[in-house]
Amino acid sequence: MSASIEQLSCQELVELVTDYLEGALPERERDSFEHHIEGCKGCHEYVRQMRETIELTGTLAPADISPEAEAALLSAFRDWTSR
Amino acid sequence: MYNASLLRVALIYVATRAVAEDVVQETWIGVLNGIDRFEGRSSLKTWIFRILTNIAKTRGQRERRTVPFSALERPDAVPEAAVDADRFLPPDHERWPGHWASRPEPWPEERLLAAETRAVVERAIDELPPAQRAVISLRDIEGWSSDEARNALGISETNQRVLLHRARSKVRQALEDYLTEAM
Repeated sequence: MSASIEQLSCQELVELVTDYLEGALPERERDSFEHHIEGCKGCHEYVRQMRETIELTGTLAPADISPEAEAALLSAFRDWTSR
Repeated sequence: MYNASLLRVALIYVATRAVAEDVVQETWIGVLNGIDRFEGRSSLKTWIFRILTNIAKTRGQRERRTVPFSALERPDAVPEAAVDADRFLPPDHERWPGHWASRPEPWPEERLLAAETRAVVERAIDELPPAQRAVISLRDIEGWSSDEARNALGISETNQRVLLHRARSKVRQALEDYLTEAM
């Protein structure tokens, strides 16, 4: 793997995007990752799309618990506090 | 407060939403009953999730569901590509092995903000395998840190990242499919 660091292919790069965004790439790999996306239109766009994906996912409202489950929970809570 | 996250995590271990809601409810009861014993050595959030996973695992076993623990503990066991291999030039290509054959194109900004686009994301997340769904929900919807997410799920940092990577890659692909089909 490390032998090909200088020629990181696009197919390899897309598997490193999360490690890169999480700050989990060792320095040398991070450098070669950044070097690659500076010169490669496709990968530059790919990384941008991953960031857009994360941002968009962040706009989803957390799903709520159903009203029935909430009612059951509240009644359990009332039982507990009146003990 | 954490109900949505608790539900998603419960769904790793039990088969249906109804049972997962039971588990969440039992969890809160467990929290209320046990709060006196909470010693503050972990964060309250972590403690609540530990109670949840214990209850969910027991319920899952009772349901005799084959719990996909391997999905949590050994996500690498089954390889998955972030992008289909046919989007790239073959490894024996004389000049550009592994380079894009079909490059991703920029997405139209105005469509990104549309409600239908958000629905595509939601659907893509719903279709993920449970462990991937739980990780992307905690990290990217709830905005948890990687430490918080891996503590809640009881998995290693590496496995958390593998699951997150697969989940995000699939959501990106779903967005690309949707946003480029009408272009």
